[in-house]
Amino acid sequence: MGLSLTRAAQWTTATSDAGKLAPTPMNVSLLKEVLRFVEQFSSQHPQEAEHVFEEPLQWSTALVASDFKTDYDISDLDVQSPEKDNKGRPLLQLSPPTVCVRSFSQLSKLLHLADNKRMEEVQACLEENRDPVVKILGPSLDSILEKADAHTDGLVDEEKEEDQSKDIKVKLFLLLQDLDKQLLSKCLKDMDGRDGLDPGAVRNEVEMLKRHSSEGEKRVLKSVRYTSDYVFSNGCRAPPWRQALNEICYLVIEPCDTETLYITCSTAGVFLNGGINREGEEIGFEQTSDVFKDLRALLKSTSPHFAENANKQDFEEELPPTQKTQHVELVDAEEQGQPQRSDEQQEKNVHEKERQRHAPNKANDRKKYEPCRRWNNLGLVSPRGKTPAGSVPMDAFSESSSESEEEEEQSERHPESNTDLPSEYWQIQKLVKYLKVGDQNATALTLCAMMEFNLMQETCQLAIRDVGGLEVLINLLDTDEVQCKIGSLKILRKISHNVHIRRAIVDMGGLQSIMKILDSPVKDLKALDAETIANVARFRRARRTVRQYGGIKKLVRLLDCAPNLANLTAEQEKDVEVARCGALALWSCSKSTKNKEAIRKAGGVFMLGRLLKSPHENMLIPVVGTLQECASEESYRIAIQTEGMIKDLVQNLSRDNDELQMHCANAIFKCAQDKQTRYLVRQYKGLQPLVSLLSKAHNKQLLAAATGAIWKCSISVENVTKFQEYKALQTLLCLLTDQPEEVLVNVLGAVGEFAKIPANKATIRKCGGIRSLVNLLTGTNQALLVNVTKAVGACATDMDNMIIIDKLDGVRLVWSLLRNPSADVQSSAAWALCPCIENAKDAGEMVRSLVGGLELIVNLLKSTNNEVLASICAAIAKIARDKENLAVLTDHGVVQLLTKLTNTTDDRLRRHLAEAVGHCCMWGSNRASFGDAGAVAPLVRYLKSKDKAVHKTTAMALYQLSRDPNNCITMHDKGVVKLLIHHMGSDNEMLLEAAAGCVRNIRLLAQENRKAKLFY
Amino acid sequence: MSNMSAMKKRLLKTLAESISEQVDLFNTAEVECLIHDYNVLLGEPTPPGKGVPGLDRAKFRSILHNTFGISDDLMMDRVFRTFDRDNDSSVSTKEWIAGLSIFLRGSLDDKIKCNFRVYDLNDDTFVSIEEVYHMLKNCLPGLPTKEERDEGVKDLVEITFKRMDRDHDGKMSLPDFEQSVKEENLLLEAFGTCLPNFKRVEAFERRVFRELKK
Repeated sequence: MGLSLTRAAQWTTATSDAGKLAPTPMNVSLLKEVLRFVEQFSSQHPQEAEHVFEEPLQWSTALVASDFKTDYDISDLDVQSPEKDNKGRPLLQLSPPTVCVRSFSQLSKLLHLADNKRMEEVQACLEENRDPVVKILGPSLDSILEKADAHTDGLVDEEKEEDQSKDIKVKLFLLLQDLDKQLLSKCLKDMDGRDGLDPGAVRNEVEMLKRHSSEGEKRVLKSVRYTSDYVFSNGCRAPPWRQALNEICYLVIEPCDTETLYITCSTAGVFLNGGINREGEEIGFEQTSDVFKDLRALLKSTSPHFAENANKQDFEEELPPTQKTQHVELVDAEEQGQPQRSDEQQEKNVHEKERQRHAPNKANDRKKYEPCRRWNNLGLVSPRGKTPAGSVPMDAFSESSSESEEEEEQSERHPESNTDLPSEYWQIQKLVKYLKVGDQNATALTLCAMMEFNLMQETCQLAIRDVGGLEVLINLLDTDEVQCKIGSLKILRKISHNVHIRRAIVDMGGLQSIMKILDSPVKDLKALDAETIANVARFRRARRTVRQYGGIKKLVRLLDCAPNLANLTAEQEKDVEVARCGALALWSCSKSTKNKEAIRKAGGVFMLGRLLKSPHENMLIPVVGTLQECASEESYRIAIQTEGMIKDLVQNLSRDNDELQMHCANAIFKCAQDKQTRYLVRQYKGLQPLVSLLSKAHNKQLLAAATGAIWKCSISVENVTKFQEYKALQTLLCLLTDQPEEVLVNVLGAVGEFAKIPANKATIRKCGGIRSLVNLLTGTNQALLVNVTKAVGACATDMDNMIIIDKLDGVRLVWSLLRNPSADVQSSAAWALCPCIENAKDAGEMVRSLVGGLELIVNLLKSTNNEVLASICAAIAKIARDKENLAVLTDHGVVQLLTKLTNTTDDRLRRHLAEAVGHCCMWGSNRASFGDAGAVAPLVRYLKSKDKAVHKTTAMALYQLSRDPNNCITMHDKGVVKLLIHHMGSDNEMLLEAAAGCVRNIRLLAQENRKAKLFY
Repeated sequence: MSNMSAMKKRLLKTLAESISEQVDLFNTAEVECLIHDYNVLLGEPTPPGKGVPGLDRAKFRSILHNTFGISDDLMMDRVFRTFDRDNDSSVSTKEWIAGLSIFLRGSLDDKIKCNFRVYDLNDDTFVSIEEVYHMLKNCLPGLPTKEERDEGVKDLVEITFKRMDRDHDGKMSLPDFEQSVKEENLLLEAFGTCLPNFKRVEAFERRVFRELKK
């Protein structure tokens, strides 16, 4: 109690009423806890309750004599208890307004009398007795405890009577300590929940949204789903390394009116991310929107349809605001008198309010949702065991990740009787029974009746599973009755939107039965079937199953139709529908690398290419979706180019459908790595539509795809020229601020490419792009940092730009990126430093001003990444032009580190390494040091390299080294002269001069040598 | 057909032409094949004076059962009634081909009308809940006791009837039926199989029209 009262309880701080307990919710719950403890004390611990306090607890009470009953001695206004302590003082004494109490039994009696004023009494008592434990047990707690220890050891056995009372004291102490612990842990729990959302709240909200996103006119959303089926034991679905950043889970929500939303739920709130679509993806975690307090707020702000309908629909009614607590907390904020924090407090209150508004709704949710688990517990699911297909044991479910934990949690929270099972459960159970015993007619009718349920609702979905309905539905697929198969698939197609159902279907081997139907001659059946596969194959194991049972081939075969005929017969239309569903299924399957390969081997690329000519957007979206998914593979990129799909992709860029445009742009993004593809995009006039997509700034995914495509296309200089006609650079520069990271990465990549053309460097400067670029150097996203440093580096090749970069302290920022753990960032930063140092006005001074900078760069020579090493060598070559800095580099041991690298065979590294060696020779005895360290011999070998750039820098380095006689001897021994003479015939003047100079030095030494021999 | 006399051939041709004018889902050549097949099915021509020439109920039923896979007694009788438009207890060439046109190539609308007539047991243009119950009374054979079976059927019939009786007047009219089936095609044969399935249709057409394919 001591600890919790001093630490946890929120005492008001305003001077006027110091020592009051602030009426915060936490204090209220604390008081309640204390109250309960005291009230139950005398019944639970009668002996301890009689223990007389060392000092009475005194406080001013609101109770008066008339409140006391007859078993007290009442005289006028004063009241005394008949019980007295051993000194004759009454254990309870009231002389208004003060009351003195000397034992727990009296305390609890008093509280009973106080009735509805109990809380106030407890509060007053605690406020006026700031350290009740000391008063109750006396100040010398330590001595008691010592005694206790001794006692438990059984050593002391004297003074029994006193001992006994001490004994009680110890017990009392322990009891109070227990209470203290309880209070603290309760406080902690409360505080835990305060920060914002928690997994439970998120899940409940998602469930609520799911219930309202089922089909029908009244639905507010098209669909709501998690990206990951796996739930960690703490209720989170985010991968652990994201959980470390307080992220709980990711959602994909399709609103009715806008494009699909990719949402991150974190403890701080919810926000849009860069498009985390499936589990296992490594990108898109960046925040791309403001943080909203909950999903509803986010949806309301993004989807007008949702905002409009959400207000109409019942879940608004489900959320009666609980004003009371909120009010209390607001008062608290005022009383604390901390105006500077008031904003934060307000915000917290909003959170609090929202959560509390949700509280009743949660209960509601649970009511509808949780019985599934309980049915399991109660063994009500026996029908499952009856069907032969139900061979899946129960524990297979509880083992498999998510749902068990999830549902367990709920059954813990809701341990009531099972009277509140939803009526849907019983009805579905009944229907499943009919399915099992009925003939063909009954089956068809039952399936129709089942379809009448809201199958997009989790309650119904799980009810079907829990009563063994999945097995029956799957069994129906193996019968001969087309009607029954259609009915079964119509149900499976819908319930397979649920992750648990998907997993259950795969676990029981149902996917194999589903795939068999792909061979059916009935087209309606095939279309439904493929659509079901599209839903089920949303996780890895399912996708693997599809592949292993030859499903990919069958699905590819479905694509065979004539999509672009003007007038289709009814049959042809059905073919198109089958192909569309097949494409949907392949899209789901194409998330796995091996499936991409399987699709290609089955001839899917050609088929997809043909469907790409379809005029229908609902066909094009899955087709292009699959293609862009597969374009991560080299083989597809080639095929897309050679099969002439670039033309179609470019054409579809101009369709007015955001999703389609996004997939097309993404496909171009992935394919435009290839030069020929870039050419084709220009040829088919795809550059302008790409630029015009930049105006759709509200759709971040589309924007990211479009900027990505522009980036890759701009690798070709001709494309950059073309882009300039549409003022692409100016638009891109506007996108350098306030954009989500995945957009920024691409924009920066593009700016980096554009900046390779001198005219564009000036444009960037004039549009204020340099400042935006430098600002972005402080980011954390590695891909972004790589691209921003590239862009800054490209800009720094212009003197005027360099002045601005220098002014904005950009070099320091780039330099500090050398500390980034990512090798890509390190090398990119080092490359960017080269032009910066070269073009800065007073480069030497600038470099020196960066404390520890030179040591940092020398240390990076210990990297194992060749690209990093090459870039650092290049930077060192630039730095070493300043003598003072070279001296510092030398002090840091640059000679030894460079020498260690000389045995490399990487030409790119060799080139820059030789350049660095050449420049580092210019200080003190460095030439000799290189020789002593053994750098000369390997360098000679570089002259045999096939790379001309290596020859040039090597010759220059050798020329520098040859000014040390010992090095000349080494070189000569290694046969350098012949190699150099060969290079003396080069048409590169620098190479030629360096080679000649080196040979001259060797020759001079030889002559001196001969003279010495002759004359001495 | 080669050994057929010229006279017969001409008669067949005229008949085929006249029928194909009325049944637009088959062309004349197909109708010829169907007539030929009909004659084969008919076997011995009905002796004069022994009723109207044509397929009688027993023959028709055996064809339904063997060729089209419709096996329920009640349904076979009802289908016979829909084929036999003039109610003379025999299916003439014309009636046979008209009926087959729906069997083999009927649109959804045709089939809805046809099936509704099948299910309207007392031909009063409504399907009552009693009629539905009668048609479905044995649809849950797997339940152990009679009480359970009866209760289950009753429940299932009520669920279905409630859904299909769109105007809630306690009986199902053709528009009710049509609307329900259009919404959920599975309900087309809700109260009993009375149409051949895809495979049977395919097999039949392959057999009867094999001459044309050549």
